[in-house]
Amino acid sequence: MKEPAGPGRWQALVLQVVLVAAVLGAGWWVVEQALATLRARGVHSGFDFLRDAAGFEISEGWLAFDSTQPFWRAFLAGLVNTVRAAVPATVIAIVLGTLLGVARLTPHRLVRGLASLYVQTLRNVPLLVLLLLMYFALTHLLPDPEHAVQLLPGVSLGKSGLVLPWPVHAEAGWTLEWPEQTLFGVSGGASLSPEYLAITLALGLYTAAYVAEIVRAGIESVGSGQVLAAQALGLPPGPVMRLVVLPQALRLIVPALTSQVLSLVKNSSLAVAIGYPELVSIANTSLNATGRPFECIAVVMAVYLALSLLIALAMQVYNSRVALRGWS
Amino acid sequence: MNGGWRSELFGGPLRALATVVLAAAGLWLAFLLLRWGVAHAVFRPDADACRAAAGACWGVIAEKWRPIVFGRYPYDAQWRPAVAATLLLATTLLSAWPRAWKPWLLPLWLVSVAVGGLLMRGGAFGLALVPTAQWGGLPLTIGLAVAGLALAFPLALLLALGRRSRWPAMRTLAGTYVELVRGVPLISVLFTASFLLPLLWPAGWRPDVLLRVLIGLVVFVAAYLAEVIRGGLQAVPRGQADAAMALGFSRWAVQRDIVLPQALRLTIPAIVNVVVGTLKDTSLVTVVGLFELTGALGLALGGDPVWRAFYLEGYLFIALVYWVLCYGLSRYGRWVEGRSAS
Repeated sequence: MKEPAGPGRWQALVLQVVLVAAVLGAGWWVVEQALATLRARGVHSGFDFLRDAAGFEISEGWLAFDSTQPFWRAFLAGLVNTVRAAVPATVIAIVLGTLLGVARLTPHRLVRGLASLYVQTLRNVPLLVLLLLMYFALTHLLPDPEHAVQLLPGVSLGKSGLVLPWPVHAEAGWTLEWPEQTLFGVSGGASLSPEYLAITLALGLYTAAYVAEIVRAGIESVGSGQVLAAQALGLPPGPVMRLVVLPQALRLIVPALTSQVLSLVKNSSLAVAIGYPELVSIANTSLNATGRPFECIAVVMAVYLALSLLIALAMQVYNSRVALRGWS
Repeated sequence: MNGGWRSELFGGPLRALATVVLAAAGLWLAFLLLRWGVAHAVFRPDADACRAAAGACWGVIAEKWRPIVFGRYPYDAQWRPAVAATLLLATTLLSAWPRAWKPWLLPLWLVSVAVGGLLMRGGAFGLALVPTAQWGGLPLTIGLAVAGLALAFPLALLLALGRRSRWPAMRTLAGTYVELVRGVPLISVLFTASFLLPLLWPAGWRPDVLLRVLIGLVVFVAAYLAEVIRGGLQAVPRGQADAAMALGFSRWAVQRDIVLPQALRLTIPAIVNVVVGTLKDTSLVTVVGLFELTGALGLALGGDPVWRAFYLEGYLFIALVYWVLCYGLSRYGRWVEGRSAS
């Protein structure tokens, strides 16, 4: 739309300046007011606390942490734990979701019905309820660690989580360490806590229902004429899917999938409800320990925004490739 | 694929094998579920029988349904939230009916929200005062979702129009808001609301939890709703606005009378998705200390050593409640979509 000439343009400019000033002023007032209240309570503000000793333990994670280490390292450990839960959950969601999405389109009534039963059940229940249910099942309905269920040799599932063999680096190179039953429980190998299993499974299974709908819509969007034409050229069903349908469907699927992955990462914050020490949970603990709500929340928001941008960027690079190949 | 279900299920040996295997697995699973949930289940509120049984203990629902459904609301006054929630649901159902989309709907909403709020809170007409901290359960879930969406809608409308404004400053502000809020999880927005807002109030006066949570929810939902409405605005063909301008409509009249009505009609299915999402998201407020349906379950069972072992049945029960509400909503969305398409 063209800018109106003459006085209207100045009017618009002035109004915009007033608008921006009003918003900035309101923001400044909020910050000032909050800081004043905090000062009155004797709380210091600023990010200097990040270097202080945290004083709390983190129960699990890839990044070793103890209570004498500073807050910034606690936040980092929390972020690592977020990634540790989100990555396997994304893999579960995409693999299971794709299978379900394709299953909802097969010409086999039973397969279609079962897949749509899954999707309709999971989409209409809050993730938090699913997560709490799974956590309860993992911690209360499974047998005690001494009587853990042997799934595979060396892999057992019990109230204390999943125990499995893990490669360790010894003097003689890499060896597989097998878990052993001792008097005080299981030692050796790696063990995944019930909190970790619950958040990963719940996130993966829940998001899979959404991915299934995206995959289905993507495949359905490819006109039936395309499939018929490919069949007329004598292509068997596999190559029809791989060479004709998928390249076109992906163009629709990838952007929608990006936003699902983003919401999966954001949803991993629900782990705070079951005590898995991811970023939000660590921030919450730090907030209670330091009484600096601003700073802790700012760290969380900054990290999530950065993660969102990063994932969006990566998917965009991928998407531009997919789109170009289709058009050339 | 003509030939109907017989060729679908048994056309060819591989397909027949798949059918038989799947049917067997499905039947076996259904058998196990029925045995657990019906045949061996205990329906009486009898904890000893429950512990002895090999099946589900639905007795926990029979025993605890009042605290699960109504939370900490005083027992004798629980008819009040029941009536309030029914009133809100009835108004929502009426609003879902396209023929009722008339101007009198707005005053009706105001009246039903006011009456519902009065019933919940009391303190007048001989109703005892019940502070918001004692509200809970399903009425709170429904109330939060309805109030959150209703308050978020005007904000979302402003944001959506703002993102398409001619003024770059307006576009930047609206865009920044939407992207910032959509980039962070709801939990951190709720934490922000519950820690930041008390700092802004004058000393000695704390805003109650419900208000804080509601503000956080509105801030969050508005960003998602704004994107949906913006999508609808973009879908209205340019020619519509141009034609209206040529007819001499003012800029606001073009938006109000020509573009928005069409855009909102187009976005109803997407808005229904946001409504379902909001209804499910209300479960998160339990993390900041408000006991809606999910929180009320924890409250009802967690503090009772006799029934604590039967959380699974409790979760399944509230999952069913959520499922009925959300599935109903999404069926409605599908119906409106089909209606407007024809």
